[in-house]
Amino acid sequence: MPATKTKKFTSEDVHKIAKLANIPITTREEASLAEGFNTTMKVVDTLFSIDVKGVVPTSQVTGLENVFREDEIDGERQFTQDQALANAPRKHNGYFVVDQILEDD
Amino acid sequence: MKLNTLTLKEAIEKLQHKEISLPELYRDVNDAIADNNSKLNIYLTLDNTALAEVEKQFSKPLAGVPIAVKDNFLTKGMRTTASSNVLKDFIPPFDATVVTRLKQAGGVVVGKTNMDAWAHGSSTETSAFGPTKNPRNPEYLPGGSSGGSAAAVAADLCIVAIGSETAGSIRQPSSWCGVVGLKPTYGRVSRAGVVAMASSTDSPGPIGKTVEDCATVLNFIVGKDKYDATTSEIPILDFRRNLKRGVKGLRIGICYTDHEKLKGSDAAKAVTEAGKVFERLGASVDLVPVSEKLQKGHIFDPNFAIAVYTVVQRSEVSSNLARYDGIRYDQGRSFFGDEAKRRIMLGTFTLSKGYAEQYYVTAQKVRSLYIQNYQELFGAYDLLIAPTSPGYAQKLGATKDNPMYGELEDILLEPSSISGLPGINVPCYRDPKTNLYIGLNIMANYWQEESMIVAAYAFEQEVKL
Repeated sequence: MPATKTKKFTSEDVHKIAKLANIPITTREEASLAEGFNTTMKVVDTLFSIDVKGVVPTSQVTGLENVFREDEIDGERQFTQDQALANAPRKHNGYFVVDQILEDD
Repeated sequence: MKLNTLTLKEAIEKLQHKEISLPELYRDVNDAIADNNSKLNIYLTLDNTALAEVEKQFSKPLAGVPIAVKDNFLTKGMRTTASSNVLKDFIPPFDATVVTRLKQAGGVVVGKTNMDAWAHGSSTETSAFGPTKNPRNPEYLPGGSSGGSAAAVAADLCIVAIGSETAGSIRQPSSWCGVVGLKPTYGRVSRAGVVAMASSTDSPGPIGKTVEDCATVLNFIVGKDKYDATTSEIPILDFRRNLKRGVKGLRIGICYTDHEKLKGSDAAKAVTEAGKVFERLGASVDLVPVSEKLQKGHIFDPNFAIAVYTVVQRSEVSSNLARYDGIRYDQGRSFFGDEAKRRIMLGTFTLSKGYAEQYYVTAQKVRSLYIQNYQELFGAYDLLIAPTSPGYAQKLGATKDNPMYGELEDILLEPSSISGLPGINVPCYRDPKTNLYIGLNIMANYWQEESMIVAAYAFEQEVKL
C-alpha cells in the first residue's frame, strides 16, 4: 500500500519547490501557498482510500503505440533565423541571449 | 434581422444563395463587437483582415464566415496570449493545425477570445486581462476555461467558435452560457499549435449555436495530423450523415442525479426531465446509481476524479510550462499569475523524487479504474447523460480564495475527460428569472461522437429553449 500520510506543506517546503520549479516568489507568498497546497492535498489524499492493488497505471488513452515518422527535414516547418528570434526579448547578432550559468574563472 | 445572429448553417446557405453578402455579414458582426466587446471582455485581439481577403474564402465550404478562436490556439501573425502576461506580446510564426484546417475550409479567424490564463480554471477569472462576463446575465461568470469562446457564441459576436477542453473547458462554459459545446475523443482533433496544458487530455473542439453547427465544424478539424502523434488514423465520416436518425432503441443511462451534491438541485431535476424526453422519443432510459466503490452497473463516484485530475494535470502543467523561460517567448517566469504558479509548483512536487510514485502513479492507477468503469457501462448503454455542471453560472468573484474552484465546478466532467471520452453540452433548461442555463452532458464511448451528436440533435429539436 502507498503511504497515506497527508503531506503537510511548510513555508520551507514551498521555498524548495519554488526553486526547483524556477518560480520567483516572495517570503510572504510562501505561507499562503503552503496553506493553499494543504487544502488541495486534502482532496488529493482521497486517492489513498481506493484499493489499487494490481491496477496498471494509465499511460495513454488512444491505444496508439510507437507512432513513428520519417527522419526527414520538413520544409514546410522551417523558420528563418529572424522568425526564430522574433519573439525573443533579448538577442545579439542573431543569437538568443541567455543568463550566465557558470561562474567566472 | 441582424446577420450576426445567424447559425453557421443559415449563414452558409444565405451566402451561397446570395441572399446576403460577406460585407453585410461582417458589418453586423463588427457592429455587435463594437457595441458589446468592451462591456463583456470577450475578444482580447481582433483581426483586421481586409474584406477583400475574406471574400477569397467565399468559394470554400465555410464560405468565409467569421469564427472566434480561443487565445491558446496559435494564429500566424496574430497575437496569441493564452490570457497570460508571459505571452502578452507573443506573435506566433505559424498556425495551429485546427486554424490551418479552418482556413482551408473557408473559415476566417475574426478574433481571439479570453480564457483562464493557460486554460487553468473554470471561470475566466484567472485571465491576466480580466474576466469575461456572461452575455446571458452580465453579473455572472461565463465559466471556463473557454469562457470567451462560449460567450462570443452566446452574444452573437461570431457565427461559431473554437475552444479546447482538458476537463470541462468546452462543455462547462457552454453550459453556463447556454450554447452547444462539443469535446471530441482525445486524439480526434490535433493539439499541434495549441498552447499545451495537460497533454494527455487536451482536446480542441467546436462551440456553436446549434448541434448541427458543431458537427459541421468538427468535420473540418478532425483527423490524423503529422504534427501530433496522438491523433488517430480512424476513418472520418460526415458527422451529420445520420443527424435526423433519432434515438429510438438507444439505451441511455442517467448519471450523477443521485449524487449527494446534486440531490434536489435544478440540475438533477432538469436532467431527469431530459431522460423523460429521450424516453418519449423511443430510447430506454435508466438511472445508473453512483457508487463509492467500483462496481458493475454503477457509475464510480466523481469525487476521486478530482484528485486524479489535480495530480495528473498539475504534473503535466509543470512540465509543459517549463519552456516559458523568457528566452524564446516574450516574458520570463515572474510574469506567471498566481494560479499558474500554484499549479506549476504543485506539479513539480507531485513529480519530484520520492513523491512521484506516491501521488502521480497512484493517480494514474485510479484513472485506470475510471476507464474500466466506463468500458463496463458502455457495454450496457449506448450513451450516458448527466448534468454538465452542478448548477447555473456563478457570480463574478466566485473564485476568490478558493484554490480548488475549477475542480469543484468540473466534478461531473472530470471522470470522462481523464478517460479521454467524448461529450457534448446541449442547453437543457433556462431559468426565466435569471436567464441562466442548465446544460445536459451527453457522453459516448471512444470515437462514437456521431451517436452523441444524433441524440443531442434529437433533444435540441424537441426542447426548444
